[in-house]
Amino acid sequence: MSNAATQKRALSAVLWDYLTTVDHKKVGILYLIGGGFFFLLGGLEALIIRIQLIKPENDFISAGLYNEMITMHGTTMIFLAATPLLFGLMNYIMPLQIGARDVAFPFLNALGFWLFFSGGILLNCSWFLGGAPDAGWTAYAPLSIQSPGHGTDFYVMGLQLSGAGTLMSGINFLVTIVSMRAPGMTYMRMPLFTWTTFVTSVLTLFAFPALTVGLFLLMFDRMFGSAFFDVALGGNSVIWQHLFWIFGHPEVYILILPAFGVFSEILPTFSKKRLFGYSAMVFATFLIAFLGFMVWAHHMFTVGLGPVANSIFAVATMAIAVPTGIKIFNWLFTMWGGSIVINSAMLWALAFIPSFTIGGMTGVMLGSNVADYQYHDSYFVVAHFHYVIVGGVVFALLAACHYWWPKMFGRILHEGMGKLAFWTFFIGFHLTFFIQHFLGLMGMPRRYWVFLENQGLDTGNLISTIGAFFMTFGTLVFLVNIVYTAIKGEKAPADPWDARTLEWTIASPPAFYNFKQLPLVRGLDPLWIEKTEGNGKMTPAEPLDEIHMPNGSILPLIMTVGFFTASFGFIYQTDHKAWLIAVYAGMALAIGCMVIRSLKDDHGFHISKEELEREAD
Amino acid sequence: MTENTSTNKINSFQKEKNKDEMRKQIITFALMIFFTMIAFFAVGMGISSMFVIPLILILAIVQVGFQFYYFMHMKDKGHEFPALLIFGGIWVTFLVGVTFVTIIWW
Ligand code: HEM
Ligand SMILES: [Cu+2]
Repeated sequence: MSNAATQKRALSAVLWDYLTTVDHKKVGILYLIGGGFFFLLGGLEALIIRIQLIKPENDFISAGLYNEMITMHGTTMIFLAATPLLFGLMNYIMPLQIGARDVAFPFLNALGFWLFFSGGILLNCSWFLGGAPDAGWTAYAPLSIQSPGHGTDFYVMGLQLSGAGTLMSGINFLVTIVSMRAPGMTYMRMPLFTWTTFVTSVLTLFAFPALTVGLFLLMFDRMFGSAFFDVALGGNSVIWQHLFWIFGHPEVYILILPAFGVFSEILPTFSKKRLFGYSAMVFATFLIAFLGFMVWAHHMFTVGLGPVANSIFAVATMAIAVPTGIKIFNWLFTMWGGSIVINSAMLWALAFIPSFTIGGMTGVMLGSNVADYQYHDSYFVVAHFHYVIVGGVVFALLAACHYWWPKMFGRILHEGMGKLAFWTFFIGFHLTFFIQHFLGLMGMPRRYWVFLENQGLDTGNLISTIGAFFMTFGTLVFLVNIVYTAIKGEKAPADPWDARTLEWTIASPPAFYNFKQLPLVRGLDPLWIEKTEGNGKMTPAEPLDEIHMPNGSILPLIMTVGFFTASFGFIYQTDHKAWLIAVYAGMALAIGCMVIRSLKDDHGFHISKEELEREAD
Repeated sequence: MTENTSTNKINSFQKEKNKDEMRKQIITFALMIFFTMIAFFAVGMGISSMFVIPLILILAIVQVGFQFYYFMHMKDKGHEFPALLIFGGIWVTFLVGVTFVTIIWW
């Protein structure tokens, strides 16, 4: 057989492997690829927005297209880039950190990914089918009800699909952490990234239903003639805002808590000290989650909820700054007196602390309800949430990439390019967003297509756009780094960073069963304990025995195709009832897959003891 | 439970515990039926709704408690985390309810 033919066969085999996989590591990688793709898409949209705002009264894109751009930028970045990228990391790393061989429900895990991905694709199909959603990523009623065309319908169905996927993964992570920890891995010995995964999953479990309900109501209003948000027919459009923010504020913590977890892994590793105030960190995480549910109305201070409601929510909002502050100090004390190594991962972590603190500070400013009348819907808010989301979440994602890349792909990302990407992105980030605080205070409203000349806004906007190009450059360097590393990168040993937690005790990348024998955990930072008190290797907690693994399945993908088809049906049945056929056919396919899954027994397979023995460590 | 797999090896302590558990289950079950009957009769006898509605609500809350603690085993050891989550969920729902009632619909 010719070489090209074998290669082609191998490629299709790999493809089939990924389409049917239920392995948490491969699902994690799929999440990273999917999320990465949407991140680039959202970045492109951001660049277009900034080019439009480079000078006064620019007409680079039309007003309508501009609305579509800002809507899709926000929606894509929150739902299709940041959340899935974090979920990808959690998927890959968390089971390794607790010494598990997979997540609790591998099939569900794959289904969660495919639902997220199909939701993203559905949403972006709107670009080619008459226009993207244009009512803002918050889709406030009544604008979202009156928005003509199918754009907002795509928003509703796309988010419904991807939201279902996220909810599923959240439940999956919860069960995994509660029930699948290795022997000796008590709750208070779990690494902080696992803890934040846990708390994030709790938030997902409680917050996403509010979004689901809101989206259903919007769907009924737009597609089936109900009037939940239509004031003229006795509805109430403020209810959308409540439902959206009951989801929306916890969602920002769904994003930031795993980011906190990432930094709580990186800082101790590269300071060669255990995390300062471990139990305070765990407690603060819970406190943030708890308070995070009582503050949603700080997004609605100017709606007219009344002074009493506004004050209550303002106080609750400011209270969140306390546990957040605890965390900041703990990170600083972790580094205090440590022998610090500064590499790319650490650079992102170091840059995070001041950047995020600025975002937290403007957050408290916004949380003062009286002052918020001035700030609200201005560029000041835009600056605030980009400082926390880019300076917090995106920095964390990039740090995590550098830190865990060797574990996931077996090669170490190039340091030089890592540093170049860091410095350009970091400088670009502050250029872009710092000046926006002042643009906002000078009265520049957010979401406006153009601004006028000689109102003191020209220079600021120009600087902001220049910064966006710096960030683009940084991102491109990072992409080049990925390609370079894949081809020429240095091969990674099991523990390239002299790290502390369980994922570094197994090969890079790990075997598909993760742990040949489950490790015995003797305390917090198990690997570090073995390095300092033992022989540097984990003691197995069980004799070598056969391992039970789940079978792959194509059903999650087919099920998702069913829901995807049905969503198209729902969107277009308002034009022509024949589209109901797509609804029924799609649902039949999806439910058919569920029936097959329920009735057909699949006991998985066993890796025999001999096979395990044959494999070298 | 692993110790239940071979029936003839259950020790007397376990047996006693199981019997105890069974008794509790039956008592709660009987109580729940009884509460339901009270609710039905209260409505059926046409007592003023000022009294009946709060009564039914209280009975409902007690029944939910029974459901969680006895039938869903929240009273047992090792169920602290589910309990925490359930109470968290109740708290969130309660907050949302209070907010909606006070600042939207009042
Ligand atoms: C920890 C990560 C945080 C993230 C990811 C985040 C994210 C966001 C986002 C996305 C918005 C904009 C909503 C819109 O479209 O209007 C926003 C607004 C707001 N944030 Fe944050 N935030 C964070 C932290 C904080 C903190 C610590 C506080 C206060 C202590 C805070 C207070 C506020 C307030 C009051 C607003 C509303 C401003 C307005 O609309 O006028 N945020 N935040
Ligand atoms: Cu908020």
